[in-house]
Amino acid sequence: MRLVILENASTVAEWAARYVMKRINEYQAGPDKYFVLGLPTGSTPYGMYQKLIEFHKAGKVSFKYVKTFNMDEYVNLPRDHPESYHYYMYNNFFKHIDIDPKNVHILDGNAPDLVEECNNYERKIAESGGIELFIGGIGPDGHIAFNEPGSSLVSRTRVKTLAHDTLEANARFFGNDISKVPKQALTVGVGTVMDAKEVMILITGSHKAFALYKAIEEGVNHMWTVSAFQQHPHTLIICDEDATLELRVKTVKYFKALSDDHSLILTELIGRTSTTDRAITTALFPSRLKFMNK
Amino acid sequence: MTNASKLYQFINCKILRNHRIVKEDIWVRDGKIVNPERIFYDEKISADVKIDCKGLLLAPGFIELQINGGYGYDFSFIENTEAGIELVSKKLLEHGVIAYCPTVGVLMGQPFLVHMWRVLLSIKKRKVPILPTAFWIIKMAYLNWKGCMELKKRNVIVSLGHSTADLLEGEEALEAGASLITHLFNAMLPFHHRDPGLVGLLASDKITQEKKIFFGIIPDGIHTHPAALRIAYRVHPDGLIMVTDAISAAGLNEGQHKIGQLDIEIRDNKAFIAGTNTLCGSIATMSECVRNFMKATGCSPEYALESASLHPAQALGIEDQKGTLNFGADADFIMLDETFEIVSTWISGQLVYNRTTDL
Repeated sequence: MRLVILENASTVAEWAARYVMKRINEYQAGPDKYFVLGLPTGSTPYGMYQKLIEFHKAGKVSFKYVKTFNMDEYVNLPRDHPESYHYYMYNNFFKHIDIDPKNVHILDGNAPDLVEECNNYERKIAESGGIELFIGGIGPDGHIAFNEPGSSLVSRTRVKTLAHDTLEANARFFGNDISKVPKQALTVGVGTVMDAKEVMILITGSHKAFALYKAIEEGVNHMWTVSAFQQHPHTLIICDEDATLELRVKTVKYFKALSDDHSLILTELIGRTSTTDRAITTALFPSRLKFMNK
Repeated sequence: MTNASKLYQFINCKILRNHRIVKEDIWVRDGKIVNPERIFYDEKISADVKIDCKGLLLAPGFIELQINGGYGYDFSFIENTEAGIELVSKKLLEHGVIAYCPTVGVLMGQPFLVHMWRVLLSIKKRKVPILPTAFWIIKMAYLNWKGCMELKKRNVIVSLGHSTADLLEGEEALEAGASLITHLFNAMLPFHHRDPGLVGLLASDKITQEKKIFFGIIPDGIHTHPAALRIAYRVHPDGLIMVTDAISAAGLNEGQHKIGQLDIEIRDNKAFIAGTNTLCGSIATMSECVRNFMKATGCSPEYALESASLHPAQALGIEDQKGTLNFGADADFIMLDETFEIVSTWISGQLVYNRTTDL
């Protein structure tokens, strides 16, 4: 596992977006070779989408040969409801980029047969060759997608009844009326995400600090489902300083010492680009400047 | 010319939607504005054609409720109304007007009805799809309470004006179904603090959510003083509708013109009875009125543009089809530059006027 500690949420967004861009560009996708991306919703990835849109508009990345699979969606929420994940993805990302709508997959919470919908989703992921990079965020209770505490760590895409805590947390998006919050969701399972070739998890803010501690400093535990990714061969956690507040000094120092190598991941990409990128590198990784082209 | 069944995406524009100007694309198919999110997820297709708006503002096309003629034609002259409608309909596109109500100033009666029927038929027969829909406002004298009810029953919109009615009579008409005031301040009793007259209707306590009152106002810079515009705007902003009340001389060059039996002289952008200093009507365009109004009242561009589009559509009860850029509405819109001059006009998603080239 790699842990990249950055200054704040906006540098996390920038780093994550650059990483996604780099992966897509290096993959050299084409009509016979699609890059398959797993995508989250929520406030943490929002900044990353903004940056990706910016890079796309600047002509640095295309999504023409990218297939996407979203993590989850509410059950029985109208698709054009502002809280639906269809709405979020269309308005915050898809409509701004050049992705082919045929390559976009989001679970349909209004499908007549929800179980069949979930099984088909797994089949479609498999047919597309599996997910190359799955991006996720986590909740303060350490859940990934809607895999709340107690979810099986080998779970697959399924219908999930949401915990009361989740309903309460979500009520603010539904006019503070808990009765309006959808009680069920469709979600990929922990096992579904584990199957991805690489998993990138974004964690920002002090309210997620305890979850980050549970994710990496303690053992694998189904009460903190994100901890499952300790056993994934390619997990990349990108967090900000605030999210490290519950970690031991030793842990933070250890990963910070490695962070130059992590930022090297991006250097070759940044090194040959513009002065703006140089400025960003200066801000993000001051110690990396020596690697940059003059 | 755009092809109806294709899917068009107007990109790189700002649009006026839900009282706000936002950076957004407009998608059009079969002459209607469509919801691109539904197309994305249900049909999984991209636009057939992308039209670059080069950063311009897209707003709903203007709807003109009161225009008496223009370009030398007076709609009230029975002999040439059809030709007048034909020409004015095309010319109005240059000023962003996508639909209008030709004002016909005759009394109710058999000859008038026959005349109106003929004109309606000529509009129906027309094959050119670019012409605006026509609505009719009938100037009527001596309309009583009962007549008002009768017209309302027949879905005719009754507008109060050219009248010496006091507030009480105005409120009775409102109760009977009238929903519009004809060019506020003009051709009615002036506001008096003990008898506010029809002007007083704007602040009448008989106005409710169900019984709304709209009012036309002429912001041509001549017929209504800027302070009067501001008063109307501040008292009853939701009911304000910009009208030009333009006459036959609108669109003609400076100098003397003979229209019907009338000699009209255009001087300093005003129309006078030839050889006198007596104003004989407005020759303003709708886009000028919008700019004048913004300058006079300091209102937002969103408000000014909606007062010439959304509000008249609401007054006519056609806001589902016209006056907005909402999904499902007719794709009748205008593109404006940063000075709010009309750059192009589109009806049913088809370009019908373009400032830079002659169509």
